[in-house]
This record gives sequence, structure tokens and C-alpha cells, in this order.
Amino acid sequence: MPTYNLKVNGAVHKIEAVADTPLLWVLRDQLELTGTKFGCGIGQCGACTIHINGVPARSCQTPISTVGAMLITTIEGLSPDGSHPLQKAWCTHDVPQCGYCQAGQIMSAAAFLQSNPTPSDQEIDSAMAGNLCRCGTYLRIRTAVKDAAKSMQNGGRP
Amino acid sequence: MNAPHHPFSRRDFLRVTTLAGGGFALSLALPPEAWAEVGQALDDTAKFFTPGPFIKITPEGIITILAKNPETGQGIKTSLPMIIAEELDVDFSTVVIEQAALRKDVGPQFAGGSRSTPDNYLRMRQAGATARAMLIEAAAQIWQVRPTELSTDQGKVIHAASGRSLTYGQLATKAATLPLPAENTIKLKRDDSFRLLGSRVGGVDNPLIVTGRAEFGIDQKLPGLVYAALEKCPVFGGKVVSANLERIKALPGVLDAFVIEGTDNINGLLPGVAIIARSTWAAFSAKRQLQIVWDESAAPGHSTEAYAGQAAILAAAGGTNIRREGDVVAAMATASKVVTGTYFYPFLNHATLEPQGCTAWARDGGIEFWTTSQTPGSGQELVASTLKISKEKLKLNLVRAGGGFGRRLANDYLVEAAAIALRTHGAPVKLTWTREDDMRHCFYRPAGFHFLKGAIDAQGRLSAWHNHFVTFGYKNTERPASSASLSPDELPARFIPNFELEQSIIPTIVPTGPMRAPGSNGLAFVMQSFIDELAHAAGRDPVEFRLELLGNDRVVPPAAGQRGNPYDVGRMKAVIALAAEKSGWGQALPRGQGRGVAFHFSHAGYVALVAEVMVTTDGTLTVRQVTAAVDVGPIINLSGAENQVQGSIIDGISMAWLQEITHDRGRTVQSNFNDYPLLRSTETPAMSVNFIQSKNPPTGLGEPVYPAVPPAICNAIFAATGHRIRQLPINKTDLRWS
Repeated sequence: MPTYNLKVNGAVHKIEAVADTPLLWVLRDQLELTGTKFGCGIGQCGACTIHINGVPARSCQTPISTVGAMLITTIEGLSPDGSHPLQKAWCTHDVPQCGYCQAGQIMSAAAFLQSNPTPSDQEIDSAMAGNLCRCGTYLRIRTAVKDAAKSMQNGGRP
Repeated sequence: MNAPHHPFSRRDFLRVTTLAGGGFALSLALPPEAWAEVGQALDDTAKFFTPGPFIKITPEGIITILAKNPETGQGIKTSLPMIIAEELDVDFSTVVIEQAALRKDVGPQFAGGSRSTPDNYLRMRQAGATARAMLIEAAAQIWQVRPTELSTDQGKVIHAASGRSLTYGQLATKAATLPLPAENTIKLKRDDSFRLLGSRVGGVDNPLIVTGRAEFGIDQKLPGLVYAALEKCPVFGGKVVSANLERIKALPGVLDAFVIEGTDNINGLLPGVAIIARSTWAAFSAKRQLQIVWDESAAPGHSTEAYAGQAAILAAAGGTNIRREGDVVAAMATASKVVTGTYFYPFLNHATLEPQGCTAWARDGGIEFWTTSQTPGSGQELVASTLKISKEKLKLNLVRAGGGFGRRLANDYLVEAAAIALRTHGAPVKLTWTREDDMRHCFYRPAGFHFLKGAIDAQGRLSAWHNHFVTFGYKNTERPASSASLSPDELPARFIPNFELEQSIIPTIVPTGPMRAPGSNGLAFVMQSFIDELAHAAGRDPVEFRLELLGNDRVVPPAAGQRGNPYDVGRMKAVIALAAEKSGWGQALPRGQGRGVAFHFSHAGYVALVAEVMVTTDGTLTVRQVTAAVDVGPIINLSGAENQVQGSIIDGISMAWLQEITHDRGRTVQSNFNDYPLLRSTETPAMSVNFIQSKNPPTGLGEPVYPAVPPAICNAIFAATGHRIRQLPINKTDLRWS
């Protein structure tokens, strides 16, 4: 079985896995980073969203063999202590219902705010359209993303 | 929106660890000296104040409240403990919330029927008030004063006359020695003195959820864990004839593969092929290489098309009478207008975002589960009866579910995990369904056909209603399948003089079951749409027409012999009036835009919605705004309650606009979110949520809003375009207009 040196959340992990194994299952089963969720397995729901070199990616559609030395960030590594402005805004606005999709939502939003720090409502909705929420928390997600953007503008550390 | 308080509270750095023997300990991110104190306390549980199962107070002042019911996203892990905390009089942000396992001393533990709040409200208040009374008694004994001289304030007992106070922690050891007072001596707070109930409180697991540390069903980690997948027959009722097990067992990472014979219980263990592997991916990959010969003989000719054909034939033939009042034929004959309409709503899948699954560990003759079941007690019984294991040997830990919506009222995944766990030689095993498994093996919301005829009299009033309801029976034509029946009390029964309801049943092999507001979730679309048709036929305003139909404020009892809640007409009229007022009902809109109203009573909740839509001439639909008015009595957690209403609206739009499960040759056609969509962020309307907090006992909010959404949207589409939607989902209808 091939071996990979995976750079996840600032640490290097030696992983043995079949080449076609989606990163999702390496993170979840082998590294026990279960914050990244399995929802559909076909890149439709966004629950498995992570960052690869800062760019949002669907980990269920990313074979481990394609990752190489790229830097992977999961929800567990987004901030050291849950203090990312998005994480705070998600709590302030009580966004989660079941909460299952929310790690993916936050990871999509975090990458989005890097590229567009002052988004309009419409831009937020478009950027988040790849992340399904079965419970229907979209309005609060929009409010929380907007709130986090504002706090980052005012010097809040991403 | 106001902020719920303390997003990062003390519970964020408290961890609750299960100990052998079922107790639990708190491990804290605390300085070493505090650790020592906690350690001592753990060695001496006699010092803990535990007045019943719901509350524990340690001498160090750590207050733990037990959350008894399964959390599926409805917010019950937050709201039931809030009720206890209110009566106990503690700062909720400092309380540790502990999720209960299935146990015998906390009353029924289930998440269904919007019952958690009404069934537990008084029980929770009593628990909190009892503990508070005992803490007061403890202080009274210590200070040698009368309890009536004492008051409490956020975790302290206070003697105002002397200026003394003691914390609950300081009183815990003394309180632990007191006998439980008789229930009838416990005084509950006055509702108008509530500090916590009715406020906005963030979900207690939020800090864990936003950091990826909340453990859902699929996230369980155990030493030596192995992973399982299960392939069941795509055709309902199919059995395994043979499978390429030897080849599967030879695949990398696969530990075992075997046939599960299964039982004939549609709600139980079904036949299939299980694969146990070293990782989920190895199990899933092997599953794709399975070659199974199925016996599909049980399911000839079952398809969506065939069902529609059968419905038309049954409708023409006439059905079994379910309810008859007055003289419908005579009323139709003398009517000024008669309207007919055939309505249809399809099968649906719950599509919880976390697919079904379960972790199980068989050892020492028993099995321990980590389950997302909404009915763990029934799950325990199902495993016991299917696998012949004593219930006492089945331990069920309740873990956070990635959505329920009624899917997890069934326990098929639980008994599957149990059957697989018996084959792992003592290793814990996690069964994970793929999305495709989940889409194809469901207890679907049943489809339904309604052949309707209604009459308007000379005064423009609804005077007669005839419905021939064609529904489904599971392998029979006598009894409706699970969640496929129509109460003879369903509106407008009891509200008009001439009413007739007939029923016919198509036999099906498709498993059906409850989904969010079962029954209501299809019926409200039919009733509120057809009432709208009649209002327009009468040339009447749809809100006025509905208020007139409901009549004078009064409480209408269920018909003799019927179950169900009495219908408080005044409460319903009040929410209709409020929704109309808040939505700008009656204000003119340009062509291509329209408002639609719908109301519905279910799960003891009174709901009225006004939807505002825009349809462009090329038929593109936008739901712009939904205004909700809701009376479920006093609100426990305002933030959570608004979440349930907003979520129900989004869910209702998904259902009305996009969702349909179809069948072909005895199997489900849809497979994943590409062909069974959910609404996305770009399609989200503005929403206005308005509560009437009437002085009735509080009732649940997970379900009652959902049914009214489709008719509100469809009635708005009619107002905007003149297109009457009689078949869901809406995207089946060409909405172009000119």
C-alpha cells in the first residue's frame, strides 16, 4: 500500500492508504479528525469541505494520491481555540440546528472571506450555494458570515 | 437578531467522561489545586446533591443537568435543561449539560410527534423546583431560620434579613442528607417571574459544533474500531440468493463479508450482504464490487406510473365512506359554483444530512450502542426480539444526530449494526450507510391522491366538500400504510354542513413511515390549496374566506371516537390575522408577483403563513418572503424556536418545489442529492417569524409549521400567474405566463 506524508493542520502524518482513498476517509478514519463530515460522497452537499493550500475543496472528491505536499486545513485546525471570527459569529447567532453541515459551511465561508472580505448578501449566498443545510439555517449563516466579515474588517484575527 | 448569551461558556472547557459502571466524571481545564478538589469530590459521591436523575450539584459548585431526550437538531438538549435551570434558579451558562443514555428513571426518551416539550415541561419544572426547595431547606437548617425567610438567586440561597448567603455548592453536602419532599409541597415559579424561559439561548453544543468536536453518530471513536457497509436489495422485499463473498473477502482492507438472512419485519432486519473492513473506504469500495443475485420476485409491477393508473381507476369506482355529514349531493345541486380538482403529492425521503448508521460493540453477552435513534427504547426492543438478547444486556448511548425528521423513529440501522457486531469477534464496529443506501432504503413519506369537489353557495360561502382520498396500504387494500391515513376530522370536516370523505387503497410494497408532521405534511397542501381555489371561485379574499370558514371563536372537539387535539378556533384565527397583518396582505403587487395564505393545525400548534413569490414570464420562480404566525403557547427558547420555524419554511419549500421520490420496478429511482435536491442558500427567502405566546401549555415546534408551507407557496403562485398547482413538486408544472 502506498505511503503519503500528509500535512494536516500544521502537522505531518505518515499515512498508508490505497491511492484512490478520498481524503475525507483518511481524515476521519485514520487521523480521527471527524469534524469533516460525509454527506453524499459525490461533491453535492459540501459537508466534507476543507482547505487545500487555502482553497476550499471537497475532501470526498480528493483522492489522497493527488494531495502531495499541499497544506490541508480542517475545521479542527481553522483556529487554535475556536476563536475564528466565523466560529464566534456562528455561536453568537446560534446558527446550528443539527449542526452536521456546519463545519463545511464554516470552511467554505472562511475561504470565501479571504477572497472577498466585504461581501454583499447576494455574494455570500452565491459563495455558500455549494453547501447544503438540511435544517435550513441559510439566513443565519448569511448573518453570521456578514458579522464575521465586519469583525475581521475591524481587526478580528481570522 | 439579539445575541444568545455566552457563546463560549464554561462548558466549552468541561469534558464529560463516561466511567465504567455508568457514572460520569468531569475533567476540567482547571488549575492543579482545583483538580485536587474535583478528585476528592469524585471519591465521595455521598457529598453530591442528586435529587433524582436530572440534577447533580457537587460541593465545588459544579451543576450538571441531564438532557433526557435524543437531540436531532430540534434543540431539545438545550431547551429541556433550560426548564430545569429556570426552576432551580441557576445561571444557565455555567451549567454542564449531560446527554442521558437510555435509562429507566427519566420517563420516555424519544424525539417524535413534537411531544418532548408538552410531555416534559411540568416534569422538568418539578425537578428543578424540588432541588431548589431542598437547597433552601438545607440553608434553613444550617442557619436555624424558617425556609420562608429565604430566597434564591442564580445559584445561591439568600437570607435577606441577615444578609447571609450560601452557594448551591456549599449547600450540596447538607442537601444530599435531606429526604425528597412530597411532590405536592413543591411550589413552582410564577410564569411571569421567568428569567431564562422565553429568552434566546444558543445551542449547548454550539462551541463543539463550530470547532468540529461535536460527536455525531458517524463520529464515534473506539479502540480497535472496524468499519462496516451493508448492501440491501434495491427492490423492496428482495432476498439474497448468492453473492461473490470469496472475492470480496480477498479485497484489500476487507476483514469479512457475509449474508444477513434477515427477517420479514419491514421495520427490522432486512436481508443483505455485510462487509467488515479496516476503514470506511475499504468497506465502501468492496461494496461497489459486490455481485449479488437477488430474488426480486416479491415486487412485480410496482412503479409511480402504475400507481397513478390505479388511482384513476379507483377514483372512478368510488371508495369506502370515512365520514358523511349533511347532504353533499343536494348542496352541490343547488350550489352557485362547483369546483373540481385532482391533487397529488409524491413519496418523499427524509434525507437527513447524516446518513443512517450506528456504532455497536458486542462483548460479555451484551451489546453497547452509540445511536442517533429517535426512539431508542423501541430500538432496544427490536434488537432484543430480533437477535434474542435480553434487553438488560443492551446498553444504548444517545448521540447527537445529523438530522432526524422522523427517519430515525425507525431502528433498522440499529438492528443491522447489532447483527454485524455479533460477527466482529469482540471488536466495536461502525456501520455507515452511503447516501445511495439512505435514498433507496427509507420509510418514505407516502404519496397520496385526492379527487375533490367543492361547492359555493349563493352567499359565496363554502357549502359542500367531497373528497375521494386514494392512498396506499402496505401489501393490502384494507388498512392505510404507516402515515398514509387521513383523519376524518381533517379540515374542513367539522366546519361545513355538507361533507363527505371516501377512501380507496392501492397496495404497495414501498415501506412508508412518519416524516416531519406526518399526514399533515401532504394533507395541508391539498386542503389549503383547494380552499384557495374555492375562495377564488367565490370571488372572495382568501384570508376573509378562511376566517369565515372557521366561524366563531370556540373550541371544536374531535369527532366521537377520534383521537386528536381539540381545535381552538380563536387561536387559529389570531395567527391568520397576524400573518396577514405582518405580510402586508391586501397591498397591491405587480403582475407576476403574488401572496398566498395557508393555515394548519397539527401537533397542537396553530400556524398561519403568507408567502410572497415572483414568477417571471419565462416561468422562473422566486420565493421572496414567507411570514409566519405561530401559537404554540409560551416559547421556551426564543432562538431555538425561531430556528425551527425558519428551518421548517426552508424544508417546506424544498419539499414543495423540488422533491419527489419515484419508483420503478419495485425500487426507488433517486440516488443522491443530484436527483433529490435540497433548497440552497441562493433560493432562501426573507422570513418573518411571529409568535403569539398565548397562556396555554407549551407545545412542540419541530413539526407544525412545515405542512402549511407548500400551500402558501402554491397559492401565491396562483395569485401571481393564474397557474393552480395541483401536483407536487412545483417544478413539474410549467409556470410561464404572458
